Amino acid sequence: MSNELEFLSQRVALGKLSRRDFLGRASALGVGAAFANTLLVNAAKAAGPVKGGILKAGLQGGESTNSLDPATFTSQVPFCFGKLWGETMLELSPESGIEYRIAESYDASEDAKVWTFKIRKGVEFHNGKSVTPEDVVATLERHSNEESKSGALGVVKGIESMKVDGDYVVLSLAEANADLPYLLADYHLIVQPNGGKDAPDAGISAGPYKVAVNEPGVRLGGERFENFWNADKYGHADQVEIIVINDATARTAALQSGQVNMINRVEPKIVDLVKRVPGVDIHNVSGRGHYVFIMHCNTEPFDNADLRTALKLAMNREEMVDKILLGYGSVGNDFPINASYPLFPEGIEQRTYDPDQAAHFYKKSGHDGPVVLRTSDVAFPGAVDAAQLYQQSCAKAGIQIEVKREPGDGYWSEVWNKQPFCESYWGGRPVQDQMYSTAYLSTADWNDTKFFDPAFDKIIIEARAELDEAKRRELYREAAMMVRDDGGLILPMFNDFIDATGPKVAGWVNDPNQPQSNGYALAKCWLES
Amino acid sequence: MKAILKLVAQRIALGLLLLLAVSVVIFAGTQILPGDVAQSILGQSATPQALENLRRELGLNDPAYIRYFRWLAGIVQGDLGTALSNGQDIATQLGKRLGNTLFLAGVAAIVSVPLAILLGLLAVRYRNRWPDKLISAVTLASISLPEFFIGYLLIYFVAVQLGWFTSVSTVYEGMTIGQRLNAVALPAATLTLVVLAHMMRMTRAAILNVMQSAYIETAELKGISAFDIIRKHAFPNAIAPIVNVVMLNLAYLVVGVVVVEVVFVYPGMGQYLVDHVAKRDVPVVQACGLIFAAVYISLNIIADVVAIISNPRLRHPK
Repeated sequence: MSNELEFLSQRVALGKLSRRDFLGRASALGVGAAFANTLLVNAAKAAGPVKGGILKAGLQGGESTNSLDPATFTSQVPFCFGKLWGETMLELSPESGIEYRIAESYDASEDAKVWTFKIRKGVEFHNGKSVTPEDVVATLERHSNEESKSGALGVVKGIESMKVDGDYVVLSLAEANADLPYLLADYHLIVQPNGGKDAPDAGISAGPYKVAVNEPGVRLGGERFENFWNADKYGHADQVEIIVINDATARTAALQSGQVNMINRVEPKIVDLVKRVPGVDIHNVSGRGHYVFIMHCNTEPFDNADLRTALKLAMNREEMVDKILLGYGSVGNDFPINASYPLFPEGIEQRTYDPDQAAHFYKKSGHDGPVVLRTSDVAFPGAVDAAQLYQQSCAKAGIQIEVKREPGDGYWSEVWNKQPFCESYWGGRPVQDQMYSTAYLSTADWNDTKFFDPAFDKIIIEARAELDEAKRRELYREAAMMVRDDGGLILPMFNDFIDATGPKVAGWVNDPNQPQSNGYALAKCWLES
Repeated sequence: MKAILKLVAQRIALGLLLLLAVSVVIFAGTQILPGDVAQSILGQSATPQALENLRRELGLNDPAYIRYFRWLAGIVQGDLGTALSNGQDIATQLGKRLGNTLFLAGVAAIVSVPLAILLGLLAVRYRNRWPDKLISAVTLASISLPEFFIGYLLIYFVAVQLGWFTSVSTVYEGMTIGQRLNAVALPAATLTLVVLAHMMRMTRAAILNVMQSAYIETAELKGISAFDIIRKHAFPNAIAPIVNVVMLNLAYLVVGVVVVEVVFVYPGMGQYLVDHVAKRDVPVVQACGLIFAAVYISLNIIADVVAIISNPRLRHPK
C-alpha cells in the first residue's frame, strides 16, 4: 500500500477528508474502488469506534404479534433486537468459531458427554443483579421444558441433567455431542434473571442495550446499558432503534432519504441501483442459507433413484445463480453444506448441468409423463421464476415438468413436507451436525426429503461424538456424498445475505452466520463524526 | 325539532341492533374457521393433554352460545380479551392503533372532503369547458393508479429527491402534533388522491342533476350569478347524495388503507389486523371486525340523518 493512500485513509477516518474525495484521489493514484473501500474500512477500524449518537435500522421481518420472550423468536426483527438487549453464554464468531460471552471458558470430558462451563463474574443484568450460574441453568431449564414451546427446544433437549458447581455450570448429555458449544450459541438462549421463569417477556438480560421502546411490529428501541461488561466491543451508539419496514421499496427509500442508517434484505435486482446512491455501501456475505427443490425419496415416482439422478442432472445451477440471485450467491452441489461451515468437506466434485446424462438416466428410470413440481412466491424470492427456468432446462433433457403454483397462505402447512416435489428454502445452521440432524436424519421432524438411510444416521451420530477434527471431517465427507448421490435434495444455490448501510456508518463486520452481522450490526457499528 | 331527535334516536337504536347482528356473524364466522383455537396456539406438535388444558383454560368446552354471550359481555364492559399470540391486552393495543388510524383518516378527510366539494362546484360552474375537463382528467387519473403506486411516486419525488417529508411515517407517543402531521403528510396525500375523484364526480353529478330543475332556471332569469346559484340553490338540494358518498369514502379511509399503511410503515389498524389473521389470532380478529363494523354503521347513520335533516320532505313526512 502506498504511503500516500494510507495517509489519506487515516485522514478520512479522522473526519478530515470526505469519503468521496478519498475515492477520487485513490482512483487518481490508480487504485480500484473496491480496494479503496477496503482501505477505508481498515482505517476506520484502526481509528477505533466513535461513541454516541443514534443508530437506526429499517428491517424486514417484524409483526405486531411479536413478543420479547426469547423462546418465541422466529423472525428477523425479534432476532436482531434480542442480540441488542440479550446476552448468551456463547456466541458464534464471524470466523465460524466460538466467542465467549457469559461463559468465559468451557471444557469437555473425553467422551463429549459432560461439559463444564465457567461463568464470567461481574456481568450485570439490566435490573442491577449479577448474572449467576443459577440464572444460566434456569434459562436452559426453561427452554428445555416441553411446555415452553421454545425455538431452541431441539437444541437443549439432549441435555440430560444440569447443575451448578460453584462458578461452573455442568451439563451432562444423554448422547455425546462435540458441537454443544455451537448449539448453546443459539439466539433463543438469552440468559434472563431466574431464566425468565417469572417474567419471560420482561426484556431483561445483560446485553449492551436496555429495552426502552417495545412496540411490536412498529418500532423497537434501546438505550445504552452503562454497566455492560464488554463495552469496548459492543454498544457504541447512545441509542439504537429498529423500525419495522416490511416493504422492500419503502425500506430502500428510508435508507436513501437518510431516515435509517442500515437496512436488511436488499433485493438482488435493485442492488446495482442502491450502490449508486452516494454514501451507501452494500454488504453481501455468503451465508449458509440455501434454496432447494425437494423430492420425497419414499413416494412415487421419486422412490426411483434413476429419476432422482436425472432430475438433479437436469438442473442448470449457474443459470439459477445468474438469473434468480443475479450473481449474489453461489452454486450448490446437492448437499446442504457450503464452505462457510466449519469442517467443510472439500474436493467433492461439482455436479453440473448435463442434459444428455439426464436424458440417459430418465430413460433408464422408465418414468413416463409429466413430473409435478409445486411452487409458490413464499418458497423463496423468485421461486416461481426458478421453477420455470428448471422446466426449460429439464425440457432439453426430454423431461416434462408441470409447474403447479400454490397459494402462499398455507404453503408451509399443506405443501412443504407433504407434497412429494416442491420448492423451499433453509436458513442454514451453525454446524453441519445440526443441519443434518434437523432435516436429514431418519428421525428428524423436518426430514423434508423423506431420506431414510440407517448407514447415514450411523455416520452422523458417530461424527457427533468424535472430538478428532480430521476424523470428523472425513465422516462429514461420507455423509455429504450420501445425501448428494442418494438423497432427494436438489440444491441449486446458496444465497447471499445482502445488507446496506448509509453514509457515516462504520464498523460493519461481515458475518456468515445470519444477516445484519449476525444481528449485531446496531451494536457493533458506529457513526463517524 | 322533537321529530328530528326521535328520528336520530331511532336510527341509533337500529344501528345498535345491526351491530349486534354483525357481532353474531363475526363470532359465527370465526367459529367455522377450520381448526380450533387451542390447536392454532399450540401448533402442530401439541400433545393432547396440553390441548385439553388450554381448551379448559380458554373455556372452549362450553357451548358456542355461552361463549358468545361471555365475549359480548366482555366487549360491553370494554374488555376485548388478550391476544393469543403475544398475551398483550387487546383493548390497549387496539386503542393505540385505532387512534393512529383515525388520525390519518382525519387528516386525509380534512383535506380531501372540502377539496373534492370545491372542485366539484368548480367543475359544474365551468362544465364542459377546460377547467371541468382538467379537474376530471386529473382526479380520474389519480384514482386509476393503484394506491401503492401513488405512494411510491410520492416517496420517490417528495421524500427521496426533494426531502420535504419523511417516507417512514411511524408515529409514536411523545411526538408533537407538528411532528405527527409531518409524518403523515405523504400517506394523507396519497389517500386524498385516491378518494378525491369519487367524491368530486358525485358532487358534480348531483348538482348537475339539480341544475336541470325549473327553479334553477328561475334563479338564472332573476339574474343571480352562476356560482351563487350553485352555492345557494343547487348545492343544498344535492347534499344528500354527496354526504352519502363522502361517508362511504370516510369509511374507506378508516377500514381500507392497509396497503398505504404498509408502503409508508404507518402503525394503523389494517397492518395490525393482517398480522393477527396470519397468526390465526381469533380474539384480535373478532375485535377488529367489530370495530370496523361499528365505524361503517355509525358513518352510515350520520349520512342518513344528514340526508333527512337537509330534506324538508323527509323531515316532515305526511
